[in-house]
Amino acid sequence: MNAYISHFHSSIQKSLLHPWSKAWVIILCTIPGVVLVYGAFAESLGPNPAETLIRQSGDITIRALCYVLALTPLRELLKLPALGRMRRILGLSVFFYALMHLLCYAWLDMGLLLEDILADTIKRPFIFVGVASFIILLCLAITSFNAAIKTLGGKLWRRLHSGVYLVAILATLHFYWMRASKHRLDDVIFYGTILFLLLLYRIVRYIQKRNKS
Amino acid sequence: MTRLTILSHNKFSSNISPSEITSQGIYQQRRTLIKSMAAGLSGAALTAFASRCAFADTATKNAYPHPGKLSPLSFSNSKLSIPAIQEKITPYLDASTYNNFYEFGTDKSDPAKNAHSLQTKGWSVEIEGLVKKPGRLNMEDLLKLSPMEERIYRLRCVEGWSMVIPWVGYSLAQLIKKVEPLGNAKFVTFISQADPKTMPFVNSPILDWPYSEGLRMDEAMHPLTLLTFGMYGEILPNQNGAPIRLMVPWKYGFKSAKSIVKIRFSEKQPPTSWNKSASNEYGFYSNVNPNVDHPRWSQATERRLGEDGLFTKRRKTLMFNGYEAQVASLYSGMDLTKNF
Repeated sequence: MNAYISHFHSSIQKSLLHPWSKAWVIILCTIPGVVLVYGAFAESLGPNPAETLIRQSGDITIRALCYVLALTPLRELLKLPALGRMRRILGLSVFFYALMHLLCYAWLDMGLLLEDILADTIKRPFIFVGVASFIILLCLAITSFNAAIKTLGGKLWRRLHSGVYLVAILATLHFYWMRASKHRLDDVIFYGTILFLLLLYRIVRYIQKRNKS
Repeated sequence: MTRLTILSHNKFSSNISPSEITSQGIYQQRRTLIKSMAAGLSGAALTAFASRCAFADTATKNAYPHPGKLSPLSFSNSKLSIPAIQEKITPYLDASTYNNFYEFGTDKSDPAKNAHSLQTKGWSVEIEGLVKKPGRLNMEDLLKLSPMEERIYRLRCVEGWSMVIPWVGYSLAQLIKKVEPLGNAKFVTFISQADPKTMPFVNSPILDWPYSEGLRMDEAMHPLTLLTFGMYGEILPNQNGAPIRLMVPWKYGFKSAKSIVKIRFSEKQPPTSWNKSASNEYGFYSNVNPNVDHPRWSQATERRLGEDGLFTKRRKTLMFNGYEAQVASLYSGMDLTKNF
């Protein structure tokens, strides 16, 4: 039995190291976006397609955020170092879905009127928090390349990229404020709990490491 | 705005309803023929041509295809004079599949899926409180209490979307006059059905059930306030509030209670469901007002559903949803920002 598990484990590790594994993950990451855009063209998004696009792209973004933050815990707990290869792809997919979400809002809700968007951002806390998260994600996305890591240096780069934890908190707040008075908090609680546990894992690891040294 | 009789679908023929132009049977036959044409010749151009024929057929801008799903509800022309709406009537499919009716679920598509369980047989409405003639009115009595009229109203949801729907009913004032309110009756409350056996979400803590909404007496007596039994020439689908609901066209949609079982007359302003749930977001009046924003979004514009493509610009929301000339006097001297 043990041998079977360890064989299974090493074959996962091997397939993660396969030259095509990244391509497969990229394809997997684009599927929800492709399905949504196809729905818009096929007019299958229901009576209010604009609302469906805005909400669904937000849902995909928070799900992608859960995946990317689950990567390190899974890598460490399952002892699958090769999972680390997928971190940049998942991180960038969070950014691209957040961009899609922002564009849907800016275009379909605000008619791409920059003045109106700015006014809305300043006036409404839940929009403000959403835009703030996007700006952080933008900073992470433009420094996601090897050259940027070299320029910034590992330490600074890691500090900058721990901004994703702030994004997790702001994104949950954004979702909560959007739903607060409608009393429909089931999925806010669902994603909020997952993100909380994923952040808690970091805190526990941080304390463990500090105590060791 | 031009003042025309309510049923004027077109400015040249002010008193003609679609059913007068083409009898319903023939209309249905033509629809079927057109549909089978469109299905047989699958070319997109031909389908477009066929649907244009259907449009030309009725020769009116506001005509709508008869849904043919539920029992028809006959009506006569309204004597009431209100501005004719020259906007496209929302397709029946959109109006009957995109609903807020939390007793059947919180997604817009839930009511259409779940409301089949609503039991409308043997329905009655209880009249209570400060009236000379309290008691229970059954549907047969309510249906023949006053002649049915068709009224094409805009429906503006507080969430920022809107529709144009042809309702069938009569002014609530007709019913109110019949039950003879006492002099001290200042408010009217409308209480919706809350049956956990047939309404799956009535046990959930989303709102304080039963759903109840209220109007000031003069708002309730206003001729535009419609006691509604049908839409698109048929009885109401369950998800739209069968068998009897309210339609107050100058207020946000949630003020128009669905599936009403009780109407209460009182001296004091009654507590209402959404106001109790979030009083800073949903006021007692909740008149459609582009100048008073919801705390989380602007009310200046709205997205009209089923009108055009995805990238159609949102349209400007009209003061009192376009019924300013008729209802503004109800609120003269009131601060509408404070009394939102």
